[in-house]
Amino acid sequence: MVRAVAAVEMLATCALSRADSVAAFAHDGALSSWEVFGQQLVTGLSNGMIIALIAIGYTMVYGIIELINFAHGDLCMLGAFFALTVVGALGVDQWGGAGGTAGLVMVLVGTAAFCGSLNWSINWLAYRPLRKASKLSLLVSAIGASFILVNLGLFWGGLPMDVFAGGTSSAAPKAFPALVSSDPAAQIGDVIYSRTDFLVLCVTLPLMVALTYLVRYTKLGKAMRAVAQNPTAAALMGIDVERVIGATFFIGGALGGFATVVYSLYNQTVSFQMGYRMGMDAFIAAVLGGIGNLPGAVLGGLLIGLIRSMSDGYIEARWTNTVVFGILILILVFRPSGLLGAKLREKV
Amino acid sequence: MGAPRKMPWKMALALVALAMIPVVEPSLPQRLAISEPMTDVFVYAILGMALNVITGFTGLLNLGVAAFAAIGAYVFAISTCEIYPFQLGFWPALALTMAVGALAGFALGAPTLRVRGDYLAIVTLGFGEIVKDVLVNLDSITKGTQGINPLPPPTVFGAELGSRGQYWLLLAFVVVVFAGARSLERSRVGRAWLSIREDELASRAMGIRPDHAKMLAFATCASLAALAGALTASRLSSSGEPSNYDFQVSVLALCIVIVGGIGSVRGVLLGAIVMVGMNSIVLVKLTEMIGNTDSAGASRLAETHGMERVWVFITTWAQNVLLSPTNWKFLLFGLALVLMMMFRPQGILPPRAEHEAPPEDEGTGPAPAKGAAP
Repeated sequence: MVRAVAAVEMLATCALSRADSVAAFAHDGALSSWEVFGQQLVTGLSNGMIIALIAIGYTMVYGIIELINFAHGDLCMLGAFFALTVVGALGVDQWGGAGGTAGLVMVLVGTAAFCGSLNWSINWLAYRPLRKASKLSLLVSAIGASFILVNLGLFWGGLPMDVFAGGTSSAAPKAFPALVSSDPAAQIGDVIYSRTDFLVLCVTLPLMVALTYLVRYTKLGKAMRAVAQNPTAAALMGIDVERVIGATFFIGGALGGFATVVYSLYNQTVSFQMGYRMGMDAFIAAVLGGIGNLPGAVLGGLLIGLIRSMSDGYIEARWTNTVVFGILILILVFRPSGLLGAKLREKV
Repeated sequence: MGAPRKMPWKMALALVALAMIPVVEPSLPQRLAISEPMTDVFVYAILGMALNVITGFTGLLNLGVAAFAAIGAYVFAISTCEIYPFQLGFWPALALTMAVGALAGFALGAPTLRVRGDYLAIVTLGFGEIVKDVLVNLDSITKGTQGINPLPPPTVFGAELGSRGQYWLLLAFVVVVFAGARSLERSRVGRAWLSIREDELASRAMGIRPDHAKMLAFATCASLAALAGALTASRLSSSGEPSNYDFQVSVLALCIVIVGGIGSVRGVLLGAIVMVGMNSIVLVKLTEMIGNTDSAGASRLAETHGMERVWVFITTWAQNVLLSPTNWKFLLFGLALVLMMMFRPQGILPPRAEHEAPPEDEGTGPAPAKGAAP
């Protein structure tokens, strides 16, 4: 029991790298091998759900205009700064109790609205003028948008606010206040399923269900599928293609907004450079599952989350990025359609 | 093909002006000293010309060109540094670096021939990340984040070069690579590259083997990028740490090519002067001139209330963050890419008409829209 309490404390204090703390336990011999595995499984699945939610944003946009929306990860980074600013300005972390829950919901919805609108605007400003240009021009424009967002994040991080640890450099990572305690919600042996893990599930799963419903059963979803299949034919059938593309960007961005709040709560740190890693993980997940394919993005996200945590636990954390990028290259070279994607013939 | 080329007098004039910089510099005030950052411009010009071979001539978007520069820097450092047994001279090490670079280009090129368009861009990006991580993690060989140093200064006919000599050496390399890239462009293989960029299927029908040509483009690009990396290492007397060769560097190289003019060697030179000059000279000098940040602002903020608090908040922010021009560099790269794609996708100095795509080809991006039909 004492050991368990110590473990909880350590999990709570190791804010930045939960996986490292688990690995440290393993080296101390305090946890049995299956408990290490179980803990890595929990961490991997939770991170995987978050990655999946971001990956959906990539896959939706790719499905509809064949653009790797390079700026998506950095959009999420700005969302994290937005959430941090709201939390700091309103003092949401002090509300406690039912007010705290309401505050959390407000931060989630607010950030989703912010990210959705921003993504919509980026599409309007940077991508819409390039509809007739080549795919690579579009990709270059997206890389440019990504760098602009990174710079905005750098400016934002320099705001002299207490939550931003005012006075330190704007490039320094900021701590995200723990709006949800990391106490265990359930525990088997020493494998802890914490409240933050539970929060991740509570936010991501309903959103995925809602999105599936939207895409399959609503008029907008039908229009999105039609535009993805053939924009010209869709336009001839009276679908406002630009509106549908805009809606896709908004929805993808909003999902990213939800994801980034959960990500920040889970990993408890925000920095202007976090977008690149978040974005790459999610993009790799989308490719792994088959880009353009929604269930594929979720599957890919879970797999990437698991691969990351297992690599952290069993190989070495410093090799994790190499493993993940290696997987990306192998998939793109040998099975570019991904796990669930349909084989596409190249149109000449 | 095109008329025989003579060196245009404008270019000769620019070359003389560039070569004079370190001569006249000592008599100028300190804040006008630019020969040191100018060497950055030269190295990036070589990197840009390397990227131009694959992205400009051949139309394959490469987002991992920094990885080849990193390989070059480390191969050069390992083969010259005194802590390793090889200790080659400057020129043999440079030749070795370019050879290893070309091999690395083949290594990346061979498996990725079947990958197209934006997927190829992502594979090269992943390759860049992997190389960077491997360089950090193999710290028993690469010294991890410390980098390998010190490296001996370059020698020409046995004489060690001082900082002025190194400046001229780099300038000479830029000229040589420029001339090489220009003649490569008009050679048999160069024309094969251009035809693949315009239409791979048609060029195959004309008897060009796209796989061979693409492999050659990869190897040429990698070899030149490795040269740029080695020259950087030699100038800094250190391989630098692996994070010096991250995605940002690849994107800066891409900015150079796109701003200057995709496929235009002259354009790339101009792009390097504009982009790197902005990044390494203008922003840095401006930051030096504007001076220090206001660290007291945050504590003053706590003592103020109401509108005054808002004022202190904004001024502190502006002084600490916005008035530091080096903080704007990502915005600069990003705007350069987005605005060029939108308003002038062919770049400031597009390639001459003989290579231009037919007029009905709308939106001249890095490559024609292969499989872009949605």
